[in-house]
Amino acid sequence: MAPPERSRPAERGPGGLDAELIGFAEQLRAEQVSVGTSELLDAFAALREVAWTDRVDFREALATTLAKSPEDRRVFDLVFDRFFFRAAEEQAARREVVEGAGFDGAEQLDLEQLRQQIAQALQEGGEGGLQDLARLAIAAFGDRGDGSGVIGVDVQRIRRQLGLRAEPQPELPEGDPRRDGIPREQLRRFEQQLRRELERALVERTRRLPPARPLSDLDRTLPGGPIQDLAAVHKVVAQLKRRLATQGHERKGRNRHAHVDVRRTMRASLETGGVPVVLRYRPKRPRRPEIFVLCDVSTSVASASVFFLSVLHALHDSFRKLRSFVFIERISEVTEVFERERDFHAASEAISRDAGVADVSGYTDYGRVWSEFLAEVEDQLHPRATVIVLGDARTNGRPPRDDLFAAIAAKAGRTFWLNPEPKLYWNYGDSVIATYEQHCTAFECWTTAQLEEFVKALTGPAADLAR
Amino acid sequence: MTIEPTSVEQVSEGLRSVGYLPGEATALVSYLATKLGKPVLVEGPAGVGKTELAKALSKYLDRELIRLQCYEGLDEAKALYEWNYRKQLLRIQAEASGTGWEAVQDDIFGEEFLLRRPLLTAIASERPVVLLIDEIDKTDQEFEAMLLELLSDFQISIPELGRFDARTQPVVLLTSNNSRELTEALKRRCLYLWVDYPDAGHELEIVRLHTPELSETVARKLVEIVHEVRELDLKKPPSIAESIDWARALLLLGADDLDGEIFRQTMSVIVKHRTDLELVAARVGVRLGGAAPDGAAGTIPTR
Repeated sequence: MAPPERSRPAERGPGGLDAELIGFAEQLRAEQVSVGTSELLDAFAALREVAWTDRVDFREALATTLAKSPEDRRVFDLVFDRFFFRAAEEQAARREVVEGAGFDGAEQLDLEQLRQQIAQALQEGGEGGLQDLARLAIAAFGDRGDGSGVIGVDVQRIRRQLGLRAEPQPELPEGDPRRDGIPREQLRRFEQQLRRELERALVERTRRLPPARPLSDLDRTLPGGPIQDLAAVHKVVAQLKRRLATQGHERKGRNRHAHVDVRRTMRASLETGGVPVVLRYRPKRPRRPEIFVLCDVSTSVASASVFFLSVLHALHDSFRKLRSFVFIERISEVTEVFERERDFHAASEAISRDAGVADVSGYTDYGRVWSEFLAEVEDQLHPRATVIVLGDARTNGRPPRDDLFAAIAAKAGRTFWLNPEPKLYWNYGDSVIATYEQHCTAFECWTTAQLEEFVKALTGPAADLAR
Repeated sequence: MTIEPTSVEQVSEGLRSVGYLPGEATALVSYLATKLGKPVLVEGPAGVGKTELAKALSKYLDRELIRLQCYEGLDEAKALYEWNYRKQLLRIQAEASGTGWEAVQDDIFGEEFLLRRPLLTAIASERPVVLLIDEIDKTDQEFEAMLLELLSDFQISIPELGRFDARTQPVVLLTSNNSRELTEALKRRCLYLWVDYPDAGHELEIVRLHTPELSETVARKLVEIVHEVRELDLKKPPSIAESIDWARALLLLGADDLDGEIFRQTMSVIVKHRTDLELVAARVGVRLGGAAPDGAAGTIPTR
């Protein structure tokens, strides 16, 4: 509820809207959106040009000046809703404004007709009417007095009573707007409105605001950011590929000039009487096989391993000298599969066949994995090599054999560990990531943003070290 | 003469009148760009009409469109200005005898010997222009840094000549496919606009605008299918331009319904990878039904 929606006199709080906006920017900063003074000035300038009475214009004007990436925009929307909702409610509670049910005469409504109307409106789209619809729905189905007390539960109960579903419902009669299912996006927006209206009612009843809570990581990730959605993962990985590709080129550009080999130039100059006519250059060293990737494909990381495999697939496109292994109880090299199969689906199918080799009991055995890995590639590990392990470091009670891991890390130039679990769960239960972390750099990696952080680390100083 | 819009609605109307249907955010940001005189950074997936927006704006505002296509290795000489050294040489030779060095030197670094590239053209133009810097993410960071002076103060410094200030305020659009993170410094100087694929209603409007002769039911079905196809995990999801192309193709074929057979014949308009074609045929084509010529599509295994 943006300020324009409630006709509030101008003399709200000291500082008026300016102070509110600065407060809003503070909250954005607290959520790691970098809002500079120049951006804030732009926001004020933009607000002078648009009508504040239009909620969408007001929000977009702020968004275009303050949030400058899709990720920032996502956080912006969440903070915007939270901030202006709270600001408006705070005032309302202070002034004891009560809006009431918002709709009288709910008793006389034909409930079935209402269901149809709401579904129809949702089908047609548009944001403006949603708030009224939500109020109507709450008035009709909400039992304001005896809600369950948990807003999320109430929202779902109302949605069910309205018979709103994303899936088609062929049993409904022809012409019913719900028959083909409600667009998912519309449904989500409607639920959001319901939630907000219920919260507002709660504030009105209790006359105070619930404590503000910072955004959790789950709120903040883009829809599709979490690992479940394969298509979304592919989009990010495709982007990653392009970024890796351009980074590589930047490097080449910077290292293009060759170094003059003074000794050989001098020697060649003897032919021309000591005048260095022909310059001799130091030979450019080709980059050696650099990266070894070990990827856990056991069931405990099942959801993450699809993500990891597609990352691996992308890496194979970008680094020519890359060897990859999958492991559960034993390891199995899959480099060739990736090089043969350009198509990710075929590659992952081939790997799941291959993974059978690595699977004996279905539980990861890190000790055995390390020893097999050492046996296979020990001679090829050198200070320019990078080893990357993708796994959750859950040993299933078996010995972690960190001595072997230390030996690998010592032989390789750099060792990274990507853990698909949130940091909160590290070292709980049978997770022994702390033991391994002594020998390598561990990254939390369960959102695409975290993956990007890692790629920065990998392509940044790594290439310099590898030269 | 050039148009100065005075409200968001005007911009929205104006863009519609030249055949571009803007979303709410797009209209607002375009309006702000003309009002605040700030460059706009437009990001979004390929094929949502980022470049089209610049073209439509130039048409609506009745300003010339100056376009700088970025690519890896683009440098000042191709983007800003270059000295026309051949002409300079000729001048020196022509005046070789008798003229003092000082006089020649003063002469050959004049505006006459300057080759204007897009950015300088935009700055020096007498009439206000729309400047489109396309695919800025393809350039390197050094080039971005060079743009900063232009974007914040609308001026270009040429060491031999001094400073060129913009005679008129250009509307500047930078587009990016987000293939690399742009620098904070650049973003700070720009308004930000994220353009995504339009929702079904909006896209239907767009298709109808470009092919008004196509029957509404076919257009609606077409948009639904395009949306369904975008949901799949494809190498290249269909762009808006491609759905318009498809609508035109259907119109040419005189299709009065979009059934499985027509779909299989024409889907190469929106899907352009072999693997994608298979996937789309298996998922969407089969659902649309209709007699496949030899049952081929039916035998492709669904993955």
